[in-house]
Amino acid sequence: MTSATAELSHRSPTSTPPRRRNILRKAVPPVAAIVGLVALWWVIVAVFSIPKYIVPSPLDVLGSFQDDYSTLLANLWPTVLEAVFGFLAGNIVAIALAVIFVHWKTAERAFFPVAVFIRTVPIVAIAPILVVILGYGYSPKIIIAALISFFPTLVNMVRGLQAVDKQSLELLRVLSASRREVFFKVRIFASLPYLFSALKIAATSSVIGAIVAEWVGSQQGLGYLIIQATYNFQVPLLWATMIVASIFATLFFAVIGIIEKLVVTWDAKEAA
Amino acid sequence: MTAPATMTEPGTIGLRDVGVSFHTDRGVVTALDGVTASLPASGFTSLLGPSGCGKSTLLRVIADLLDPSTGGVDVLGATPHQRRLGRDIGFVFQDAALLPWRTAVENVRLPLEVGGGVPQGRQANSPEDLLALVGLAGREHAYPHELSGGMRQRVAIARALICQPRVLLMDEPFGALDEITRDRLNVELLRIWQETGTTVVFVTHSIPEAVFLSQQVVVMSAHPGRIREIVDIDLPYPRGSETRDLPQFSALASRLRHLLEQS
Repeated sequence: MTSATAELSHRSPTSTPPRRRNILRKAVPPVAAIVGLVALWWVIVAVFSIPKYIVPSPLDVLGSFQDDYSTLLANLWPTVLEAVFGFLAGNIVAIALAVIFVHWKTAERAFFPVAVFIRTVPIVAIAPILVVILGYGYSPKIIIAALISFFPTLVNMVRGLQAVDKQSLELLRVLSASRREVFFKVRIFASLPYLFSALKIAATSSVIGAIVAEWVGSQQGLGYLIIQATYNFQVPLLWATMIVASIFATLFFAVIGIIEKLVVTWDAKEAA
Repeated sequence: MTAPATMTEPGTIGLRDVGVSFHTDRGVVTALDGVTASLPASGFTSLLGPSGCGKSTLLRVIADLLDPSTGGVDVLGATPHQRRLGRDIGFVFQDAALLPWRTAVENVRLPLEVGGGVPQGRQANSPEDLLALVGLAGREHAYPHELSGGMRQRVAIARALICQPRVLLMDEPFGALDEITRDRLNVELLRIWQETGTTVVFVTHSIPEAVFLSQQVVVMSAHPGRIREIVDIDLPYPRGSETRDLPQFSALASRLRHLLEQS
């Protein structure tokens, strides 16, 4: 609440800014948890002497990172491309559709069931269909990533655009504001906290979408690498690929989170 | 000709047999029935009554937020619709209804950015001056979540005054505030009213608040909403905390209480 003023009064050149110290202190528990889990993994592999081709030790996986560095990187970029473009496409369509739905109830009634139907079709079932139609290139993967991003954003954006309290709408009517003005001055801003919570979900799920689509048919990408490593019993590489995929998804999530912090500067806790 | 802007202006807010009914699932609900009254220009009138007496509904009819089912309303010689389009009406809601992504001064400026802004030939007040008028100088760039409930309501009042409205409609603006803050804002509201000379219609369910502020109190009864009686409050202005100690104050408050109990 009063963090802005408190920060100003505490800011002095001699000490570390309290904000940075705070971030450092906040980073300690998750880092400790990750280190602890890796150590536990290592201990279990060592104690039960699990062979490398079943569960590799952290050291094996690290070795794979060194040896297969260029393979991992070469296969990361296609997945990044598919996930990011799919994310953008799916969310842009979802936002546009939400704007139409909010202004035109008939469209919402007509197309919302279709959107729900698309949502219920399993991604793993759509992927082969798209590969058959569109081949082994980027487009089926981008479409899958887009489809998986689409639904949460559509639902949240419709909710966000309508999340304007009654008194604000009455105020704008007293001011004779047009629908356009209500949209650009109020609805868009009201929707932003809702939009960002959907975008954060979409950021991680678009990566999953791209990888699942790559399983079905591709010659590159992290999904392709997972299939290849499995068939060739390159288990440490399989683990390394998995870790690369989740680091990418986490970074994607973090980037959206940072953009949210920069855009939603007001206190939006009612929106949740 | 040389009369200052704060002099009383001619005319009234005339309510003629105003009725409002809503169609609901359970049939027709009559919110207001046969309301006839004349609220003087530049005056301070309170609408007092229990919940369900239609006082907020009546305010919305005057603001052109709601069309009456029967009867008519005249706001200083024009229809509510003309008055709304002409930016002659300022409205303050119970919850301040500030846009959380705008700072105080940006919220006050909102009326200038929508609906065509200030009508031609009229001067808008300066947002900074208005924030100073409501005692918020220095907090112009605070966001609503950084302000207390009372401060937010001050911003809402400043916003309502930006286009120099001839009528200020207030719907229980201090209802959610603690009593100390409410009393202080009451004193300041009277000062603002006297400085601006605007016609105030103030909805409240607090008897002391109605007595303290008003020149006249319209006492309403519920189900259906009707006017029970209009009581003149002949306490001298300027009023302050000592006003509440006057024997007339208690006498008027108890008279209003009896009227409300009968209704």
